[in-house]
Amino acid sequence: MSFLGKLSLDAIPFHEPILVFTMAAILIAAIVITALITKHKKWGVLWRDWITSVDHKRLGVMYIILALVMLFRGFSDAIMMRTQLALATSGAPGYLPPEHYDQIFTAHGVIMIIFMAMPFMVGLMNIILPLQIGARDVAFPFLNNLSFWLTASGAILINMSLVFGEFAKTGWVAYPPLSELTFSPGVGVDYYIWALQISGLGTLLTAVNFLATVIKMRAPGMTLMKMPIFTWTCTWANILIAASFPILTAMLTMLTLDRYLDFHFFTNELGGNAMMYINLFWAWGHPEVYILVLPAFGIFSEIISTFTGKRLFGYKSMVYASGAISILGFIVWLHHFFTMGSSANVNAFFGMATMVIAVPTGVKLFNWLFTIYRGRLRITVPVLWTLGFMVTFTIGGMTGVLLAIPGADYVLHNSLFLIAHFHNTIIGGAVFGYLAGFVFWFPKAMGFKLNEKWGKASFWCWLIGFFLAFMPLYVLGFLGMTRRLNHSNNPDWNIWLYIAAAGAVVIMFGIISQIIQLYVSFRDREALDDTTGDPWNGHTLEWATSSPPQVYNFATIPHIDDIDAWTDIKEKGQAYQGKASYSPIHMPKNTSAGVLMAASLTAFCFAMIWHIWWLAIVGLIGGIAIFIKRCYTSDVDYYIQPDEIAKIEAAYNSSGNKELKA
Amino acid sequence: MLIRNLCNIALASTVLALSGCKGGILDPKGQIGIDEKNLIIIATVLMLLVVVPVIVMTLYFAWKYRDTQTHEIYAPKWAHSNKIEAVVWAVPIIIVIILGAITWVSTQALDPYKPIEGKGKHLTVEVVSLNWKWLFIYPEQGIATVNELVFPANVPVEYKITSESTMNSFFIPQLGSQIYSMAGMETKLHLIANEPGTFKGISANYSGAGFTGMKFNAIATPTQADFDKWVSDIKANSSANNLTHANYVELAKASENNPVAYYGKVEDSLFHTIVMKYMQAHGDMNKKHNAMSEHGEMGMQHHAMDKHSAKPSHSQDEE
Repeated sequence: MSFLGKLSLDAIPFHEPILVFTMAAILIAAIVITALITKHKKWGVLWRDWITSVDHKRLGVMYIILALVMLFRGFSDAIMMRTQLALATSGAPGYLPPEHYDQIFTAHGVIMIIFMAMPFMVGLMNIILPLQIGARDVAFPFLNNLSFWLTASGAILINMSLVFGEFAKTGWVAYPPLSELTFSPGVGVDYYIWALQISGLGTLLTAVNFLATVIKMRAPGMTLMKMPIFTWTCTWANILIAASFPILTAMLTMLTLDRYLDFHFFTNELGGNAMMYINLFWAWGHPEVYILVLPAFGIFSEIISTFTGKRLFGYKSMVYASGAISILGFIVWLHHFFTMGSSANVNAFFGMATMVIAVPTGVKLFNWLFTIYRGRLRITVPVLWTLGFMVTFTIGGMTGVLLAIPGADYVLHNSLFLIAHFHNTIIGGAVFGYLAGFVFWFPKAMGFKLNEKWGKASFWCWLIGFFLAFMPLYVLGFLGMTRRLNHSNNPDWNIWLYIAAAGAVVIMFGIISQIIQLYVSFRDREALDDTTGDPWNGHTLEWATSSPPQVYNFATIPHIDDIDAWTDIKEKGQAYQGKASYSPIHMPKNTSAGVLMAASLTAFCFAMIWHIWWLAIVGLIGGIAIFIKRCYTSDVDYYIQPDEIAKIEAAYNSSGNKELKA
Repeated sequence: MLIRNLCNIALASTVLALSGCKGGILDPKGQIGIDEKNLIIIATVLMLLVVVPVIVMTLYFAWKYRDTQTHEIYAPKWAHSNKIEAVVWAVPIIIVIILGAITWVSTQALDPYKPIEGKGKHLTVEVVSLNWKWLFIYPEQGIATVNELVFPANVPVEYKITSESTMNSFFIPQLGSQIYSMAGMETKLHLIANEPGTFKGISANYSGAGFTGMKFNAIATPTQADFDKWVSDIKANSSANNLTHANYVELAKASENNPVAYYGKVEDSLFHTIVMKYMQAHGDMNKKHNAMSEHGEMGMQHHAMDKHSAKPSHSQDEE
């Protein structure tokens, strides 16, 4: 075994023009960014205030930056797939041979779910949840930093597969026996395993952290049934993560043992059983989609009640409906493989259990409707996303129930109808929700609002693009087109494939509009400045802080008497009332342990992928050593003194009061 | 509004697909497929009863209660109504109960493992997915084909399905249901063509680089006599082409876009050998594995043990 294991210069795909171009672009971008940071002498700021930060708000911002970068990567994959399928009609081969194309659709799925949607969701939760419950940070700030860097490590690994070797050619589900060594001898599946494993660890730690935060750190008076609805939906999602991600961890571990140590959990030979993998995968994978969509439901609830200037209709129903969705989400996994040959009774049970989920989901939709009813709806960008969601998601829900009927699934399974369905719910549900939350909470995180015009342009491009890109896939599913085809030879399909490709281009304009929106808003940040910390006349506690919030969030923790705590405070005339004196605030210190641990473990994973055993040992021991050192560090906290707090609070309260008078 | 227009376009295109285009699952040529198409239509119409009002209400409420409509009632603290809550829970529950009943009945009726009743004796075809082609063995006729499946119209066909290597899904969209093919196991499917014709057959589960080319024609001959003639022609013309175990090993090697091939003879119990190949090499494991599946693994009844047992294939679920 050589010094670098299986890694050699041959592993770098110089023969793939698309990849060489991508590598060059990444290299140039990296050089430009490095040069800019050096020129403006920002390395110190970057290290002290961001990379080593344990502040939940900054970590949230970094999660969202990661999500947006990965959205760019995942969308590039999407547009390559759509153009390939639009070009490779009537027997033409297109420009992406299976060798490359199969990696692209696998990467698209993994990146969009694990490295775009999850970080986006966790990022919004990071910024907002502690503020909503009146906490100064999360329960375990260092762990939060570590979670972020573990997630980022997974993203780095998956992108390294662009340059070194290959990514999995198995589809994002990586079903064995295809993902076993016999049929996938390359490093692709190993990248898949380690990227998911390390980021899954980060996600699991996040869930534990936020569950502890919600249970232990709510402001006085905030009973569970007075928690804001977004906090509730995040909590349900965290319960799901804590219950389902260990399944993923175990499943990946078994696949690892199969591939590295000749075990036979899922192989064809020696009593292995691939069906067990498929069950385990979906026992994690199905709750995972509810993990993505529940917080989005919470975001829509906050937005609708804020912009109608009304209380949320049926708060209790919403909480129980979210809980019902979470619990039911655990007993429906078999609907992903009705065609595996289970008996009619088993299939019917799982089909009906799936349909039951439509009940709490339907209740939520009606409750949003009745929140709008007799309100004063301000048609802002977050509201547009919400209305777009309500229309789009209803269609996605309907096709989902259709797929839950085994008799229908026998012909629709694995077809483009299925692809249309889950994009309909994940884009129309989760992604629209995150983008709505992004606009809604942007002023809170960054201190200025986003440009309205470009926000609207982006929304309409996304919505129209979505319908153009995915409605044709429903039709193609009916026409008998199955997923993951590399090319087609059926004249009836062509027109729909062209429309779908055009839709992807329209979505691209939506993404470009968002980039322009960010640029324009940053340029005009003075005019868009949010001085009060409450730009939308909000209901919940995150709006009771300045924008961006002080590092300690709340100078004094408010007492909570109402679900809409901030509305209640405003109505009582207690808003922007400074205190005569403040007590010192106890805060956690930044630490480099998280990023260093994650770097060590990334080296470990990379070494495992390439069989560089010495580096694997160094990386693993390094990671553990840094953790142990951190455990024995007592210099982890500091106090903010009252005079400093008084100064910060005076500035915030005076601008808030000015606004109140105006 | 734009959103509503888009919905109309979507609806119109779906209707177009329903009526116009040929060859998909909405243009079925076999009883199973026809029943499944009807099921899809009934369920969709039922759900539209809720979906359409929700979409219309969304747009209507957003329009009616927009902030410039200052003459509308504004009730900022109104957030609960037992009547409305009862209705919003009841409506989806009723629809789901109806759909649930339809699901229970249709799932029993369309069970792929259930023989088709009232159409006489089934023709048996043994299906093996290979990388990346389909092998069809006709045990009663003693012939085999690659990437071409022929059977008489109006005769029910029993498919016994397995895989040599990776997982695939055996699917003829115009005839109805699909079922996975898995190595070391046998799954079952029953289909019938109501009229003669040539239908596209595919693998509906991605299985690697050559997956796209895993296509075959499923040809329903007008009469039994036509089918018998096709069989005897193969026996006459391809008698030299004998599918022995040795030839099978050769055939099983990975290849893409395979042309159609015929075998005039097939070695006895080849299919059984393929299903059992991961067990035979390890006699002791075999016994252990059977014992395990007798306790019922999540209702999966397609373990290789079914091959030996005379019991109906669903025996495990009746435990």
